[in-house]
Amino acid sequence: MNESFSFFPESASEGALQFDRLSLALFGVCVLFSLGISLAILVFIARYWHSREVDRQFQPSRGMHWLVEITWMLGPLAILLGLFAWGAVVYIRAHRPPTDPVEVNVVAKQWMWKIAHPSGRREINTLHLPIGRPVRLTMISEDVIHSFFVPAFRVKQDVLPGRYSTLWFRATKPGRYHLFCAEYCGTEHSQMIGQVVVQQREEYAEWIAQGTEESLAQAGRRNLDSMGCLQCHGGIPGGQVGPPLTGLYGHRVTLSDGARVVADPEYLRRSILEPAAEVREGFEPKMPSYDGQIDPEQLLEIIAYLRSVADATGPLAGPGTLDTDSRSPGASSPVQQSPDESSPPGPTGEDDVEQPLDSPEAAESRSPPSTDAEESR
Amino acid sequence: MNYLNESTTLRSWFLTTDHKRIAILYLLSLTFFFFVGGMAAVLFRLELITPEGDLLSADSYNKLFSLHGIVMVWFFLIPSIPTVLGNFLIPLMIGARDLAFPRLNLLSWYIFMAGGLFTLTMIVAGGVDTGWTFYTPYSSTYANTFVILAATGIFISGFSSIATGLNFIVSIHVLRAPGLTWFRLPIFVWTIYATSLIMVLATPVLAVTLALVAVERILGVGIFDPSIGGDPLLFQHLFWFYSHPAVYIMILPGMGVISEVVPCFSRKRLYGYGFVAMATLAIASLGFLVWGHHMFVSGQSMYAGLLFSLLSMLVAVPSAVKVFNWTATLYKGTIFLKTPMLYALGFIGLFTFGGLTGICLATLAFDVHVHDTYFIIAHFHYIMVGGMLMAYLGGLHFWWPKITGRIYSEWWGRVSALVVFGGFNMTFFPQFILGILGNPRRYHTYPDEFQVFHVMSSLGATILGIGYLLPCCYLLWSLKFGRRASNDPWHATGLEWRTTSPPPKHNFLSQPTVSGPPYAYESPHPELVIGEGEPEPH
Repeated sequence: MNESFSFFPESASEGALQFDRLSLALFGVCVLFSLGISLAILVFIARYWHSREVDRQFQPSRGMHWLVEITWMLGPLAILLGLFAWGAVVYIRAHRPPTDPVEVNVVAKQWMWKIAHPSGRREINTLHLPIGRPVRLTMISEDVIHSFFVPAFRVKQDVLPGRYSTLWFRATKPGRYHLFCAEYCGTEHSQMIGQVVVQQREEYAEWIAQGTEESLAQAGRRNLDSMGCLQCHGGIPGGQVGPPLTGLYGHRVTLSDGARVVADPEYLRRSILEPAAEVREGFEPKMPSYDGQIDPEQLLEIIAYLRSVADATGPLAGPGTLDTDSRSPGASSPVQQSPDESSPPGPTGEDDVEQPLDSPEAAESRSPPSTDAEESR
Repeated sequence: MNYLNESTTLRSWFLTTDHKRIAILYLLSLTFFFFVGGMAAVLFRLELITPEGDLLSADSYNKLFSLHGIVMVWFFLIPSIPTVLGNFLIPLMIGARDLAFPRLNLLSWYIFMAGGLFTLTMIVAGGVDTGWTFYTPYSSTYANTFVILAATGIFISGFSSIATGLNFIVSIHVLRAPGLTWFRLPIFVWTIYATSLIMVLATPVLAVTLALVAVERILGVGIFDPSIGGDPLLFQHLFWFYSHPAVYIMILPGMGVISEVVPCFSRKRLYGYGFVAMATLAIASLGFLVWGHHMFVSGQSMYAGLLFSLLSMLVAVPSAVKVFNWTATLYKGTIFLKTPMLYALGFIGLFTFGGLTGICLATLAFDVHVHDTYFIIAHFHYIMVGGMLMAYLGGLHFWWPKITGRIYSEWWGRVSALVVFGGFNMTFFPQFILGILGNPRRYHTYPDEFQVFHVMSSLGATILGIGYLLPCCYLLWSLKFGRRASNDPWHATGLEWRTTSPPPKHNFLSQPTVSGPPYAYESPHPELVIGEGEPEPH
């Protein structure tokens, strides 16, 4: 906005800068070729106007003709492949999961965005986030398809019913930005809008801690208790009818058919709603379906809890004695995805060193003056 | 005695099996549907002048853009050139008396009108608000509007497409005149052939998809709605498997028209005939492999996104080949800027820009931001309206003397071409900027900062609307007052010009034969005058 003139909306994320550079290249190609063709047409019209006396003898040899045709096939092809590669690299980078993100849950419905932060603070149609830290959204719709679109970040992801979509970004500039629903969703589609508020770290820390009684993970634990999940999943010796819930999130598990899958949020959601579909090796398909008995927000809370005990071992402590650190604002979930997981170009513990873009250190050095480098660790 | 006046009863029109008369029936019905779809656009462009929703309610707005899309795509753009110009010209261009199945041809029109009747009933009953894309589960479970009626209309009209496509394919295979080999066919015939292949292969998928939506909506069988066990992305895959090739149904015939007009008004053979013909087939086949580029942010896998992006880039190559060959045709030509040529050059410019912005959209990371914004709207209007509609109007002007036997006012023709070109750019160029700024499509209200571009767009649309009304006036005027056309007013080369204007009922008085390649234009002598018509006999 401060620039003298720009066709771009404000850029407020790392991805936005990469997008803008790519766009300029694309616009350059558009302008170059359309001007080139238009100029050629105009010049030919002027030069070969029907009443002008000019040399119109034109008998290209067969070889010449083929050479011309091949040239204007291969030339554009090379440019196209270059653009493809550039776009693909930025796209792949945007799909690479960040390390140590703030995990935010988003539930979309006609016509609102319901957002829940790890601290337990909830908001509607507004998303507060800290500057300089990656934020990952786990999103699901309660009804039709919606799409989470923040022009200032140049990100968009459809939010589907019956399946989690994830999206992440790292904001680089404090301010308030548009949040739009980009997938047509019915009468009030154009009212399904809101704001993304990017705050400095301290400001965010203060905001996120307000008005919360229990963290998302605590709420998740409460749901587990009230639904009686731990009678089978408590990991208590003798009562292990179902797989234990500690050390599960983000780890690889083996199914009864021998397949190995990562226990990511989507797997956990399916296992609760359709337990018989993917049964863990060594267990009986005894669990009833919780489809219809648990709302999407509760399910996401349970996943937040499982994330908080991802590195724990042994039986779960009894109800009410939960101790997680997820209320502290800058706190991260302890999850590190296991090195052998197969999700798309996965950063693993070791890779992070070689991929400075995703490492928190890099974020610190790139983001605007940040006073709390320690907090993010 | 010609096809128009050999019999004038209503019955002789409604029961005709003459491909030329059926073309006229299509011309009239499509013009009607074009104005229905256009009126919807007028209303929502008016609404969009202000950021608030003041003229229309949200529901009316949603119904109007849905109506605009459904009517324009299925009842104007897809049938336009094939059923009007294709029907009229294919038998003439291949030197045949009629299409291979004249009665099936008439039946196609009745099926089309039956589909159109369902659509009109849907509109009168209260409309549909799903957008022309019918995304599930909104369309199959949540929408409270007339989805089934709308889907039925499209479902029925699909059979008309299939029958027409089949008729063209068979005719082009078996009815070519002696000596008219495949590589002597005008490019227009090639493009209609390729289009027909797509119609026959892709339309059934649309029929199946819409039927599945109806099954889910009426019977509650879980197909697309996850709450009853379906998968919403399955719908998108099926829908775009038809609807992306459908884009080529819309644009390929337009390319055919341009390939006829440009050589004629350059008095020169089409440069790279073989490459243009093969590029047509390449576009038609690659067009089936790129549907996933509509789904880069839908939640389909990242690897699918990569593959579809790459394949989409490849489609740009044959399209570029065509643009380059048309431009090269002008080189060392003898150029006349008559109305059809103005439309054709306008097509080249707008199609090129539309295609280039298509390359932007095929670039993964760029698409993420502009997907489902006005950028997409601008892009596909550059192709479908800037491209297809310019070609349709250009073709209509080019063959008008043949179809009606009359010459229209050249001055008004040129004015209309310029007004349409200017109005079009003013309407849709600002929408590219709106899209980059992040204005999502299908928004009844929008943030204030976007208003200036919406106002520009609505102003442009007014000019564009005038541009479309002009031809209606002077073309109709020419029917009564226009000069009579000679058999070949443009001194063009195709077989269609080797019969009277308008042609007799059975097209040719004796079987024409072909002994050389198409577009045998020679550098003309300096006094050549084209398109002037014959002086009135006094």
